[in-house]
Amino acid sequence: MNNSTNTVLMDVKNLKVHFNIKSDNAWPWQKGQALKAVDGVDLTIYEGETLGVVGESGCGKSTLARALLRLVPITDGNVVWLGQDLTDLDKKQMRDKRQELQMIFQDPLASLNPRMTVGDIIAEPLNTFKPHLSKQEVKDQVRAIMDRVGLLPNVINRYPHEFSGGQCQRIGIARALILKPKLVVCDEPVSALDVSIQAQVVNLLKELQAEMGLSLVFIAHDLSVVKHISDRVLVMYLGNAVELASKHALYDNPRHPYTKALLSAVPVPDPKRERNKKIQLLMGDLPSPINPPSGCVFRTRCPYANEDCAKQKPALEKLSEEHQAACIRLADIA
Amino acid sequence: MNSLKTDNILEVDNLRVNFKTPDGLVTAVNDLNFDLAQGETLGIVGESGSGKSQTAFALMGLLAGNGIIEGEARFEGQNILTLNERAMNKIRSEKIAMIFQDPMTSLNPYMKVGKQLMEVLILHKGMNKADAFEASVKMLDAVKMPEARKRMNMYPHEFSGGMRQRVMIAMALLCQPKLLIADEPTTALDVTVQAQILTLLNELKAEFNTSIIMITHDLGVVAGLCDKVLVMYAGRTMEYGLTEDVFYRPTHPYTQGLLEAIPRLDANDEVLATIAGNPPNLLNLPVGCPFQERCQFVEDRCRKEAPVLEEYQPGKLRACHKPINGEAML
Repeated sequence: MNNSTNTVLMDVKNLKVHFNIKSDNAWPWQKGQALKAVDGVDLTIYEGETLGVVGESGCGKSTLARALLRLVPITDGNVVWLGQDLTDLDKKQMRDKRQELQMIFQDPLASLNPRMTVGDIIAEPLNTFKPHLSKQEVKDQVRAIMDRVGLLPNVINRYPHEFSGGQCQRIGIARALILKPKLVVCDEPVSALDVSIQAQVVNLLKELQAEMGLSLVFIAHDLSVVKHISDRVLVMYLGNAVELASKHALYDNPRHPYTKALLSAVPVPDPKRERNKKIQLLMGDLPSPINPPSGCVFRTRCPYANEDCAKQKPALEKLSEEHQAACIRLADIA
Repeated sequence: MNSLKTDNILEVDNLRVNFKTPDGLVTAVNDLNFDLAQGETLGIVGESGSGKSQTAFALMGLLAGNGIIEGEARFEGQNILTLNERAMNKIRSEKIAMIFQDPMTSLNPYMKVGKQLMEVLILHKGMNKADAFEASVKMLDAVKMPEARKRMNMYPHEFSGGMRQRVMIAMALLCQPKLLIADEPTTALDVTVQAQILTLLNELKAEFNTSIIMITHDLGVVAGLCDKVLVMYAGRTMEYGLTEDVFYRPTHPYTQGLLEAIPRLDANDEVLATIAGNPPNLLNLPVGCPFQERCQFVEDRCRKEAPVLEEYQPGKLRACHKPINGEAML
């Protein structure tokens, strides 16, 4: 896909989400500390593309996803959706915008109301946003979308607990797509599913995207799945974007030391290759996002770090038309 | 089945695990056979509900109260499935140890990590506190825990997920067991942490010559760690053989489907191959092959009689009426 010809759907500038955390033994009048879940991320989402977001637990990828839809309070920065800054909108205006911005959640069963039938769950967005539709019109649309995501029409009156994980995820997808949104944020949509079911859901998402011209933000910790579904990939570490590149540029030629370590750690289902590959093991643990390292947040675990890395936080730098990385030592590492 | 080696430390014959439930008898594990030599690593793979964890629990004597075991599992020649609790306790941890999937819930949150480790040695080896402390520190060092001495005085919640799993591995190895059963030890961990733990397991395997049963759904983990692999589906063995044979020349449609359904880092595939449908309900298994409804090669015979596990080549077993010609697919 050629991004340059595509329209920009969403433009995110210097997005920050900080949570105020009080320590357990603090007095009530003491101020809490800021947990920097997302700390200055810039990105652009084009029409019809899939942007993969990868990173390990605690890197802020889920918070980023929520911030894109303003489901968490945004501390600083702008989220511009089709020319309009979402952070300026009041509650009611934001609610109207949500027709175009939908979300698919990680836990397929927990994200469905256990007391509602499948038909009601899928129809709820329609009833909320288009109350003028007649019952029959709603029913027709629900039937159509159920057919599209591979749910049989006779399950319309069943409850979520009667379905397997993969089918629950199909219900979640149907609910997200019934309003014909422009952007769907998928927060780890397949990580709770078995391999064979995961492949079904990933293929379904890809088909639906091509058919409806959707843009997807696909968040996952599984780099292989992200590689499979994405056009561009953003790698996050401790609330910061460390690398953003087209899929091929990132997987064939990762530049940031964290991306390199991450990619080398993924097990490949090929005994000879897996046993002979060189893994770049990262030392130590993820630092606390309450008190992140100064300068480059990755420097405490980076094999190439020197004293300059502690001084200033590196910004995403353009390496080529489709490749950006945030590291001051790129020239020495390559 | 008997492999050519005679130094098997574990031989499992026709292991069957049934559960009595209000809805009827559920067979979670159905006639499982495998054996394991000293220092060998066996991978058991399968999707949720395939019975891989129940196999581990059965071997450790940790089945739920409504579980019924049939068959035999000989550990060093002794059937461990019929032992009483007292005898089994002696074997657990001293001879066989287990690592669980979720390191947080398998550590006691109220006890300092050091005390939990020392307890094992004091109970099983009769050590005094001071010796047990030193031995525990040494083991934490062996699993590459930084500042091991300081960590002994900390509670599990002060550790990260990877660190907790290191504690679990250290605890399992304290009595230098001959067999280590690892039930999805890296599933809850991030990839870089998983790589650390797998490297550690590989090193420990070389150092202590421990046999490992690795239960996982991640075929990449199996590829890196295991000598042999057993593919389970709906409680039955689908295919069993050397890792390289099974990965490069899968002959069972399920194994092949599984291998093709994984998105891979080392390939550029546009559409993932899928296995249609859902895993069967164990309460209501079809007559014949359990995989029939999802199999693209299904024929009448598959619906009538269940295929038996047969050794089609020395050391390679599979249960299928319509096997695929074992061609290299990678």
